[in-house]
Amino acid sequence: MVETLSACHECDLLQLLPDVPGLTQAKCARCGAEMHQHQPLDHEKPLALMLAVTILFILANSFPIIAIETAGLHQSATILGAVQSLWQENMKLVAGLVLFTTLIAPGLEILALTALLVCLQFKLRPSGLRTLMRIAVRSRPWSMVEVFVMGVLVSVVKLSHLAQIYTGIALWSYGLLILLFAGAMTLVNPQALWAEIKPDE
Amino acid sequence: MNEHTFKPETAAAHGLACCTTCGELSRMPDTTSFVTCPRCQSQLYFRKPAAIERSWAYLISAYLLFGPAMMLPIMETGSLFGEQRDTIMSGILFLLGSGSWALAAIVFIASIFVPLAKLICLTYLLVTIHKGKPTKRLHRTRLYRMLEFVGRWSMLDVYVVTLLSVLVQLKGLANIYPMPGAMAFGAVVVLTMMATLSFDPRLIWDAALDQHQTIPESK
Repeated sequence: MVETLSACHECDLLQLLPDVPGLTQAKCARCGAEMHQHQPLDHEKPLALMLAVTILFILANSFPIIAIETAGLHQSATILGAVQSLWQENMKLVAGLVLFTTLIAPGLEILALTALLVCLQFKLRPSGLRTLMRIAVRSRPWSMVEVFVMGVLVSVVKLSHLAQIYTGIALWSYGLLILLFAGAMTLVNPQALWAEIKPDE
Repeated sequence: MNEHTFKPETAAAHGLACCTTCGELSRMPDTTSFVTCPRCQSQLYFRKPAAIERSWAYLISAYLLFGPAMMLPIMETGSLFGEQRDTIMSGILFLLGSGSWALAAIVFIASIFVPLAKLICLTYLLVTIHKGKPTKRLHRTRLYRMLEFVGRWSMLDVYVVTLLSVLVQLKGLANIYPMPGAMAFGAVVVLTMMATLSFDPRLIWDAALDQHQTIPESK
């Protein structure tokens, strides 16, 4: 049996991971952290999911997330509109934070992963593959789409006494995007991706 | 902080560094210059550089802003019936009063419980590393994992204020404006996240030493 020497990323314990076919998950013997296996990766399914996620992300940002109507007055909000209005209210820090966590970080993560999977699927080897993967890994903690959607739900409840509320295609897109992205993440093993990117360098 | 001590069975004790970006194990060259991971070209180190100091710095800043974030109003509602300023707590009480106790619970957990628990837990993790006791290491590692997972949810109230202040711009009828509390609160969320990201959970396991050996930290 072939074994790979690995270190746990959370406690640094050295251990040998057996390369068992079909084994997709291993846990650190000391602290229980997930240790990733180098298993062969199927690009097709995650790529399909990521393409759908990309389309949904564009949809979600092209339409208003919520609109309210009361006494003939109509207001709607998109992320960019919200950021712009915060900026004008002199809440530049908050505006930047909202822009970064709901648009820039998720956008970078989605685009980088999709581009990476496209390259791997069609056996393209541009020199920027490692940069793409690094962008995806680094923007991960700052991408907060699911928290934002929860924020939308809280806002809907808070406004429900005040006005008629309309949610539409953007909110549905966000919901579906979160599900499909989570699905893609279960199929994409970062360790396996890194291993695949490496050889041609 | 020129030297770290490691247990012999760790990668670091064998001169191997586990990359924090891609997880690749590589032999650390014997230099003091900037070393990059051969696989992903991120900076390579045995332990995140100045992890404890950076964590403390972010954490203390977060503590300082936590008070203002809780006390200052996060938004102002102006309507025909006068003006009302809401803090995070009064927003939760409003949700509770309107009967949505489930949402009130979510907002309470996300906006008050999680940030406060993060501050306390990070302080605990840092203090126990300073003391260097080899106790409850598994618990502490799990605690760190939980912090990484839940920290983002504190952004909830920032998004709510953002959406409300954009939507409720109904001339004459009602207007909602964001207030400085939202800024302080957003800063607390970011600072605690930075503190968590600069912390290195491997330090928890470096503490206890049976037969220890020291390895110079490479920069």
